[in-house]
Amino acid sequence: MSAVAFTGPSVMDIDAAKIRGAGSNVHFDKVSVAYGAHVVLHPLTLDIAPGEILAMIGPSGSGKTTALRAVAGFVRPASGRIRIGATDVTDLPPYERGLGMVVQNYALFPHMRVEDNVAFGLRAQGANKALISERVKDALATVGMATFARRYPRELSGGQQQRVAIARALAVRPRVLLLDEPLSALDAQIRRNMVEEIARLHRSLPGLTILYVTHDQTEALTLADKIAIMRDGRVCSHGPTTELYRRPPNRFTAEFLGRANLLPVTVAEAAGPKGFATARHGDAVLTGAGRDEKAGDKSLLCIRPQHLSLTADSEHTNRIVGTLSEVHWQGELTHLVLDVDGTPVRVSATKLPVALPEPGAKVPLFFAPADTSLLPEDASV
Amino acid sequence: MLVWSRSGRLVIWVIFALIFGVLFLAPLAVILLSSLADQWNGVLPNGLTTEHYADVAKGAAWNAVKASLVTGFAASALALVSGTWAALSLRLQGPALKRLLGLLFFIPSAVPSVSVGLGLLVAFSHPPLLLNGTIAIVMIAHFVLISAFTFGNVSAGLARLSPDFEQVASSLGARPAYRLRHVTLPLLAPYLVAAFGLSFALSMGELGATVMVYPPGWVTLPVSIFSLTDRGDIFAGAALTMILVAATLVLLLGLERITKRATGS
Repeated sequence: MSAVAFTGPSVMDIDAAKIRGAGSNVHFDKVSVAYGAHVVLHPLTLDIAPGEILAMIGPSGSGKTTALRAVAGFVRPASGRIRIGATDVTDLPPYERGLGMVVQNYALFPHMRVEDNVAFGLRAQGANKALISERVKDALATVGMATFARRYPRELSGGQQQRVAIARALAVRPRVLLLDEPLSALDAQIRRNMVEEIARLHRSLPGLTILYVTHDQTEALTLADKIAIMRDGRVCSHGPTTELYRRPPNRFTAEFLGRANLLPVTVAEAAGPKGFATARHGDAVLTGAGRDEKAGDKSLLCIRPQHLSLTADSEHTNRIVGTLSEVHWQGELTHLVLDVDGTPVRVSATKLPVALPEPGAKVPLFFAPADTSLLPEDASV
Repeated sequence: MLVWSRSGRLVIWVIFALIFGVLFLAPLAVILLSSLADQWNGVLPNGLTTEHYADVAKGAAWNAVKASLVTGFAASALALVSGTWAALSLRLQGPALKRLLGLLFFIPSAVPSVSVGLGLLVAFSHPPLLLNGTIAIVMIAHFVLISAFTFGNVSAGLARLSPDFEQVASSLGARPAYRLRHVTLPLLAPYLVAAFGLSFALSMGELGATVMVYPPGWVTLPVSIFSLTDRGDIFAGAALTMILVAATLVLLLGLERITKRATGS
């Protein structure tokens, strides 16, 4: 495919080979955003590698959308610089940044047919007709909407509209794709399908760098190579998805990403060469993956609900006892809530004993040291 | 409020019919009957005739129709352009300036139209702004009186327009002029057409300022109607009123069709 013939100075002159092989990195260099005296994004330094999907997640008002809008050029940083590839885009208007953007409500232009929506960016940049036609066909085929080209957005379902919105963003061969809560307006079933489709799409365009803003941890865990968890305008943790999930660095990350159980413990023995420390919770002596805790430190033992078992085996060597307070059957899963010395502990079980204990009964719980992680007991994060 | 009982619904419909009939239909019906009345001495006309329409058609009626249509079109088009421009520009300002300038735009609509006419007459009667006695001063008077409504309509449309449309367009590489032409204005089309229709209807019925500033040879329909009724020629005035109503209705229905076609609704 040939490059787009642009009339004006544009940074969007990227051909297909580039997007497939070498997307652009995004670099936040101490970027802060403030509205008057109100700081909504504290100085943020973060890198998104070429071809990487970074998910920014966090509760409402945590600053994740502000960070995305700063990259898009719709929010002017109060300080710091933003670079896309080698270009400092901080002072560039949005239309010269070489991005594609997909928003929650699709924002398809209602007066244009699907094909005209997808062609919009290329036409705006003055691409020639042959290239526009080719790119529109390619983009619609990529999202499985080729047969809907002549329809108007109002004639499509929510999921189809979102696919068209993605095709429209891809048609300009963006250096970076910005996805701002793209699936929030869809119902649960379609959202699950769309997450899989976006994952498939990224596999077919491995060079495409994506900044994905969401409040849905499942979307983030499924799609992202790395996750940045935002809270009160700051990144409270950032790292590879699996690492962040398995070894959350702080309480907020552990609770926000996967609703982990956090059992207060006192470190009895610091981590040895294999990385396991010993800790006490009441009378129970527990083994967990440690960091740099010292004997006597107050700490939290992070255990995921699905890693707790009601039956012992050779791997599940840790044992705690709790009082069963709630049982919620949800088909594939049964959720139990137990009170372990005043700490509520959630269990998600696929297999349960034939005779399920009644609420109020004392129930032993077993878990493997490898499925745990010790983290500092710091209420501030 | 939902009325579930049949008798309740009947009562509501009767009240609605009475209010609508007395306040809206009766005056129009009386004008229509007057325009067709041979003589009117009792409750209803003594006889019906189309003579009044023929009389006004022979007189200066068509010139008045032309003057009203041209004035209405020109003033509404100018008001639409300036109102849209103002609404788009004010959107980018801070809330305090936006409120202040928005209020200023609405001031002419709060002043009696006769005062606006008088003000224009005084302001444009001396060189270098000597417009007294020209068609332009009629256009300006109408523009001043209706521009607040176009501004209000377009501002309301802009407020309902999700910023996502324009932001997505920008992120795709659309420069401001391209975005305005291909995204913002098409999305605003229903509001622009409504603003134009309202402005045109207001202009077609405008009398107070026009009567102060109109030059010889540019007598609009309302001024003609006022002259006829002032001279006691009520039936001819009624015939001209019906022509005014018909011309306005035809135009507004045409605009509605355009809006429907544009929005696909």
